[in-house]
Amino acid sequence: MIPEDLRYTKEHEWVRLSNGVGEVGITHFAQDQLGDIVFVELPPVGTRLEANKRFGTVESVKTVSDLFAPCNGEVVAINTRLNSDGDDFQPELINQDPYGGGWMIKVKVDNPDEVTALLDARAYGELAKS
Amino acid sequence: MDRLEATLFEKSSPGRRGCHPPSGGVALVDPVAVLGAELVRETPPALPELGELQVLRHFMRLSQLNFSIDTNFYPLGSCTMKYNPRVNEVTARMPGFARLHPMQPMEAAQGALELMHNLQNDLQEITGMDGFTLQPAAGAHGELTALFMAAAYFRDRGEKRTRVVVPDSSHGTNPASAALAGFEVITIPTNAAGDVDLEQLKQHLNNEVACLMLTNPSTLGLFEQHIVEVARLVHEAGGLLYYDGANMNALLGVARPGDMGFDLVHLNLHKTMSTPHGGGGPGAGPVGARGALVDYLPGPRSARQGEGFTFETPSKSIGRVRMFWGNFLVLVRAYTYIRHHGPEGLREVAEGAVMAANYLRARVKDAFDMPYDRLCMHEFVLSARTMKEKKGVRAMDVAKRLLDYGFHAPTVYFPLCVEEALMIEPTETETLETLDSFAEALLKIAQEDVALVTTAPHTTPVGRADEARAARKPILRWEGEAP
Repeated sequence: MIPEDLRYTKEHEWVRLSNGVGEVGITHFAQDQLGDIVFVELPPVGTRLEANKRFGTVESVKTVSDLFAPCNGEVVAINTRLNSDGDDFQPELINQDPYGGGWMIKVKVDNPDEVTALLDARAYGELAKS
Repeated sequence: MDRLEATLFEKSSPGRRGCHPPSGGVALVDPVAVLGAELVRETPPALPELGELQVLRHFMRLSQLNFSIDTNFYPLGSCTMKYNPRVNEVTARMPGFARLHPMQPMEAAQGALELMHNLQNDLQEITGMDGFTLQPAAGAHGELTALFMAAAYFRDRGEKRTRVVVPDSSHGTNPASAALAGFEVITIPTNAAGDVDLEQLKQHLNNEVACLMLTNPSTLGLFEQHIVEVARLVHEAGGLLYYDGANMNALLGVARPGDMGFDLVHLNLHKTMSTPHGGGGPGAGPVGARGALVDYLPGPRSARQGEGFTFETPSKSIGRVRMFWGNFLVLVRAYTYIRHHGPEGLREVAEGAVMAANYLRARVKDAFDMPYDRLCMHEFVLSARTMKEKKGVRAMDVAKRLLDYGFHAPTVYFPLCVEEALMIEPTETETLETLDSFAEALLKIAQEDVALVTTAPHTTPVGRADEARAARKPILRWEGEAP
């Protein structure tokens, strides 16, 4: 259930690192706890992210939660399917496919070591269980 | 979605009217000639066209689809949905109150001023405060008012305090009011017993903290066992202690926030004093203050002047927070409630509310998780965590299924520090039979077929609404063809 190739934060974000760019989303556990997600607020491309600081919010029918940056870096892309202004935005992708179509932002990572130092699947699995 | 009652637009018929006024007997004026073409519509507005009886029936039918405390049990946690005695309505409709003009000269409204003065005094006595304003329109407005007072107080003392501390069980309005008043919000966790974590509190208290906002009993329905210690710590750090009065129903006539060390309070008259709560308001959220903070209360306030009464504004007042005199007829209802109960009666209210909650808690606790299993005050919090893990039945499903049994759902998914929370507040005004039938419904739902519960409600006028779609793609106005 918890993909082996990703890294995780204690705040339930995941990072998929590839060529210095990290794709970021929230975990299956997080979306299950939140319930149906209705709105996502993401930072514009070009925003500087600071590790462990808030970079956006996710709103479900139950609650509003902050999203926390897993590492330092710069936003190079956001998933506009989640929150574009048009009629076709689909925040439910986070519920349906949290590790795929529900990705939120892509970050040009300052230092890839910061990402590899995050939780691995086994450590995150322990955290989500407790 | 089920269709219950067509909209007025769908019932419209061209040319139908509620009344046909006679000719005015004066010459018609061409609006374009008087106002200019840029201010006059080219086509008439797309309004529904109906007769008076049709409109009356439409709204009467809609009103009958409502669920209310006048029709059913309404154990909505932290909302104190108690019976609203009809005598409140009798006094609020007395012509001497109901027909007052807000700009009536003070000499011609002495009875109203006396009532406000007496109510200020009663609220002072009930809460142990030194002064009250009756202006704030509801609880969150009271919070904001008190935080503005705290900000002015520290500004006058030359202290730069920019933070407000709230526990993670606090009402969402607490951090929201603090942020709106320009403070930075610090959230501290609740300990395993359900109280403020004193170690965490100590870590965050310093000369930048203006205020700790606390609800006592907390939203977990628990009396803050270390409140005296909490007050000492906050005061030693130079901060103020703010009492969120949402749960005052548990303490009426038994304990007073002022005696616990609170400096500022708000009360929700629409909850505790039955004025009533719901139906779109209006409410009333009077704010009380102790000591030097009284001078900062909003004004004008009713004050004695010789044999009569006048309006006065405190010397360092933050000013008005509401036009005219607050929601005056709500104050009349609250005053009626307080006077017809008297001190002993108010104490019985609190005792009855606490007893009812503990009775229900004891009856249903084995069927749910009890994250804080100790004697509660006027409300308690269950969790459907195990039910969700074992059967996939969530708090929301239990809440929806309760509707089929004729009960309003409890507050769900709040407080945030409890997973799958169901927060139940029965109030003092229900019979033992009602409490028993509610407990039996909860116990039965815990055993019912999963599919039955997760697709509930089945007997209400509207079935399960698609909340996610309603939030993602809301339809907020008539989008059909113009009539």
